[in-house]
Amino acid sequence: MNLFDSLAVALTALRANLLRSILTTLGIIIGVGSVIVMVAVGAGARSEVDRRINALGTNMLVVFPGSTRVGGRAGGAGTSLPLAEGDVQAIRERLPEVVAISGYLQGIAPVVRGSGNWVTGVAGVHEAYTEVRDWSLAAGRPFTAQDVRTGARVALLGSTVAEKLFGREDPLDETIRIRNVPFKVVGVLEPKGQTGFGRDQDDMILLPLSAARGRIVGRNQVVNDQVGQIFVKLEASTDLERAQEEIESILRQRRRIQPGAEDDFAVRNLAEFLKARTAAQTTLSWLLGATSAIALIVGGIGIMNIMLVSVTERTREIGLRMAVGGRRRDILMQFLVEAVTLCMLGGLIGVAIGIALAVGIAHTAEWPILISPDVVLVALAAAAGTGIFFGFFPARRAALLNPIEALRSE
Amino acid sequence: MNALSELRAAAAGAVRPPLIEATAVTKTYRMGDAEVHALDGVSLAIRQGEFVAIMGPSGSGKSTMMNLIGALDVPTSGSLEIDGRNVAELTSDELAELRNRSIGFVFQQFNLLPRTTALRQVMLPLLYARPRPADPEAIARQRLEQVKLATRLDHLPSQLSGGQQQRVAVARALVNNPKVLLADEPTGALDTRTSEEIMRLFCDLNAAGITVILVTHEHDIAAHARRRISFRDGRIVEDTGAEKARSAAP
Repeated sequence: MNLFDSLAVALTALRANLLRSILTTLGIIIGVGSVIVMVAVGAGARSEVDRRINALGTNMLVVFPGSTRVGGRAGGAGTSLPLAEGDVQAIRERLPEVVAISGYLQGIAPVVRGSGNWVTGVAGVHEAYTEVRDWSLAAGRPFTAQDVRTGARVALLGSTVAEKLFGREDPLDETIRIRNVPFKVVGVLEPKGQTGFGRDQDDMILLPLSAARGRIVGRNQVVNDQVGQIFVKLEASTDLERAQEEIESILRQRRRIQPGAEDDFAVRNLAEFLKARTAAQTTLSWLLGATSAIALIVGGIGIMNIMLVSVTERTREIGLRMAVGGRRRDILMQFLVEAVTLCMLGGLIGVAIGIALAVGIAHTAEWPILISPDVVLVALAAAAGTGIFFGFFPARRAALLNPIEALRSE
Repeated sequence: MNALSELRAAAAGAVRPPLIEATAVTKTYRMGDAEVHALDGVSLAIRQGEFVAIMGPSGSGKSTMMNLIGALDVPTSGSLEIDGRNVAELTSDELAELRNRSIGFVFQQFNLLPRTTALRQVMLPLLYARPRPADPEAIARQRLEQVKLATRLDHLPSQLSGGQQQRVAVARALVNNPKVLLADEPTGALDTRTSEEIMRLFCDLNAAGITVILVTHEHDIAAHARRRISFRDGRIVEDTGAEKARSAAP
């Protein structure tokens, strides 16, 4: 009796008790289905975080002004001395690992182009900003050092803004008015998608910091060369933690903060922050994975139970098979194949349901999912393994039946 | 010329060892504290081509004898050779192989598999055969034709009459060209007319050279056999004998 014969026998037997087979395999269906959903959602979340970290810019530190670490009597964010051009200068000069550095002074402003208008985020930046953020251009050119030095009235549009204001037209060399100041569009940025916090990063316009400052953004200025936040891109081999301390000490010195006093600024590694959030999600998906494993075990016990019933019901058949020459291992194999077939059918149904659910979640909750073939294979292997493990005992019981008694049974 | 060749055949038969040879076979079951001697020193020899009826009331040991002859069980003591092999020395796998190759079973309750077509029923022993025949389906079809069921190949047991079911079972028993057809009350579940039909089939098969061993308690069924062995209390009480049966035959 080869495997193919056994499979044919197994399918006949399972079809004979179709409803029972399906109910039995429900545990496996649920187990495998939930594994697929959990892993798809977990992997989707991870890849999304990776994407966001990359979108944020790699090896990047951000310096925020005036956010004290502990609330207390501190004035809160932005109440302290702003960061200024001098700070940018100092970090660039004293930290050799700096690849690119840029200020980021942002605000919200109405933008008009002909009869169309749009209120969007506007940020004044240095020419290196696009490099810091690993942000390439879909069209046009980035800012030059001269643009920033001379305060040229040029603008780079985020893809959302470009679409809102220009539709399908080419925005290059067109003029837009921001707070009534005309700017010439010199480039359009590649779409970057949402931030890790759900904000559309493409709904914004970049201007040279010198051109935007005072007129467009940061109008209630305390110092006249403020730069908002500072984005620092460091060499790939840089120890970010050390660089972070370095920047802190540079700024403490420049801001004359007494030893022991709190910083009135903060240096953040946003990628780390996102990674920490991923870790929490990973823990959660492990927990759900464990739940799936329990479902598989419960399903397996169900399989074992029904296989024992099947062996009892078919004792005569087993006796007959032995009488016509079936060896013990033939009988064992037949029932093992039947248990594995049952589990694999459950596994396949589970995979189908799991994928359908994952896609459904992706659509309704707009949650990214990732279904990898590996996971499907592993889930099916787990189902097959469950079949072998829990099918073995009933199959062995069948194989060890005494042929005479088996033939005589009712 | 004819007499001479018959003489030669008889001489050859005498030289050839019996197909089934039991010597002082006992079979003891333990039921609780008591020992039950189902067989108590049975010796018999059955040669190729015989048509034997094993008779006796229930509890006489005839079923136990049938299980032993069918290689489904091994004796407690004594020796039993089937088709040249001492069953006491065989593993359970080797016993299965012996059953597969040398013995065809026919049961009172037919023992057909449910939800399985006649063709597949008959193929079953071939699927367990090693080496496996190249085209089991063709062999099975041929056997079904032999029992005049060529038009019922795809029928399920539930779609066949009792007599037809038993004929499927006979075809299944024959499919591996066994040395012995071992039938346990093969007509017990059939009406008189169908019983006659099945018995005629056995007679034809025996005439074609197959050894047939019938286990029955019905005298008119046993009458078809050329040799009768009667059991009582685990012993043989009557054996009409191979030679006598042979001479009695027309």
